[in-house]
Amino acid sequence: MVTVAEFRMPSLGADMDEGTLLEWQVHPGETVRRGDIVATVDTSKAAIDIEVFEDGVIDDIVVPAGSHVPVGTVLAHITPPEPAAAPVSQQPEEPQPKVVRPKQEATKQKEPKQKEPKQKEAALREEVPAPRVRSRMVRVEAERLGIDLAAVHGSGPRGLITREDVKQAALHRRRARSSPYARRRASELGIDLRSVAGSGPGGAVRAADLIQAAQPVPPPAEAPASVEAEIPSPARVEAHGAEERAARQLAMRQAIGALMARSKREIPHYYLSTTIDLAPATSWLRARNAGQPPGEQLTAAALLFKAVALACREVPEVNGFWLEDHFVKSEAVHLGIAISLRGGGLLAPAIHNADTLAVAELMSGLRELVSRARTGRLRSAEMRDPTITVTNLGERGVESVLGVIYPPQVALVGFGKVVDRPWAVDGMLAVRPVVTATLAADHRASDGHRGGLYLEAIDRLLQEPEEL
Amino acid sequence: MNPDQARTAIAEALHAIAPDIEFDDLDPDEGLRRQADLDSLDFLSFVEELAQRTGSQLTEDDYPALDSITGAVNLLTTRTHAVG
Repeated sequence: MVTVAEFRMPSLGADMDEGTLLEWQVHPGETVRRGDIVATVDTSKAAIDIEVFEDGVIDDIVVPAGSHVPVGTVLAHITPPEPAAAPVSQQPEEPQPKVVRPKQEATKQKEPKQKEPKQKEAALREEVPAPRVRSRMVRVEAERLGIDLAAVHGSGPRGLITREDVKQAALHRRRARSSPYARRRASELGIDLRSVAGSGPGGAVRAADLIQAAQPVPPPAEAPASVEAEIPSPARVEAHGAEERAARQLAMRQAIGALMARSKREIPHYYLSTTIDLAPATSWLRARNAGQPPGEQLTAAALLFKAVALACREVPEVNGFWLEDHFVKSEAVHLGIAISLRGGGLLAPAIHNADTLAVAELMSGLRELVSRARTGRLRSAEMRDPTITVTNLGERGVESVLGVIYPPQVALVGFGKVVDRPWAVDGMLAVRPVVTATLAADHRASDGHRGGLYLEAIDRLLQEPEEL
Repeated sequence: MNPDQARTAIAEALHAIAPDIEFDDLDPDEGLRRQADLDSLDFLSFVEELAQRTGSQLTEDDYPALDSITGAVNLLTTRTHAVG
């Protein structure tokens, strides 16, 4: 027997205890590959696209879109790909009039081969496909939700309509398909997504569609009771636009507050600070950027972050997690980047394996991450696993920042603004660009001596930028 | 490129990076980074957008001029004249 994998509500950061399943991007019977985005989950901070971590076929969807569930809740079951045998079916085989599913579904690998000629196919689709429902439960459910079964797309074997299909139909009637960015924009603009004609795949609403968006219409009155208990979605009627924004702001502040309070309560922080001469780094950058188009240019942040990641190899006590009363060192350096969101709030997604990336790669990773963080298109893996975080608040003009560690991480590096300062070089006074680097570290995992070595390593690495 | 075209390109490039900023509310002679709260990455993306929209080559030496709307309009009008 094949083991069915459970796809669970992921934890997208230590501040997340529960999440709202905003939207399924797949439906039962669909084949997925590792890395595919299968769902969009709303945390209190952002809508995150969730990837699947194994190949297989979506078996059934346990939690419908709109549900608010704790982290770890089974959302769906995924059947691993079987060694080219018969199609997986939960129901016993029994004689069925063959009904062909629409052509778009041809890519779904689980579908049994259909042999009917084209004309017959058309004819079958034309008539009311009464035999597509086998279970009485499905009919009962459809009746309860006020769904016309003839209009429902069947995802089961041979196009059979499952209970899940009925639920999905009910949900889609109320919930417009849309991209996370479109949702965010719609919320900002106070537009009801359901009132917008989508031009994206499958009629999905894209941000561009919002511009032409007409006045919102009231939501359909026949909303089924079973999905009524959903939390406020980013898309709501205009009257609630401002309220909605305020609520989301509040939710984000509460999430940040809860996490930071936990950090301050549980983590015995110690703080270190050092001033680093950035003259070699800035002149290297100037030479490197000369004549380059803006898309190819590097900023000082790329060098600073690379040094932070590399230094973790020298002092591994700062890179990892404090879990159940002991430090779990991480071999990989997934560098969390604190990104302030326009309009308020903070996210700290990771650049994976930052220590192994060339500076230019790290830079493009950084650009991409920032742009996706701000447009609400982060992926679950990025939110889940930073092993150390860096904040570059110097961008906002301050000279030094003493951070609060993101649990369960054990360290946070802060950089202030790069400023010109009098600096002693070989017994002479010079004016040099310098930056204040700070370390907030968990005393349970390391002590000031090791922390000092860590900051010193960052300093040393930055003196030879060409080696980074 | 005339000043109006340059201004439109700047407004569009800025909107792509900072959609929350009302272009007409900005002081054309004041620093764009400060007014629109752009960090260095945002600013780089802004310049990149601007280069794409106008087809002009913009490098690091141009950044000081590009940090105000007036400066950027001047730069873009002379630059696109010189090239075209």
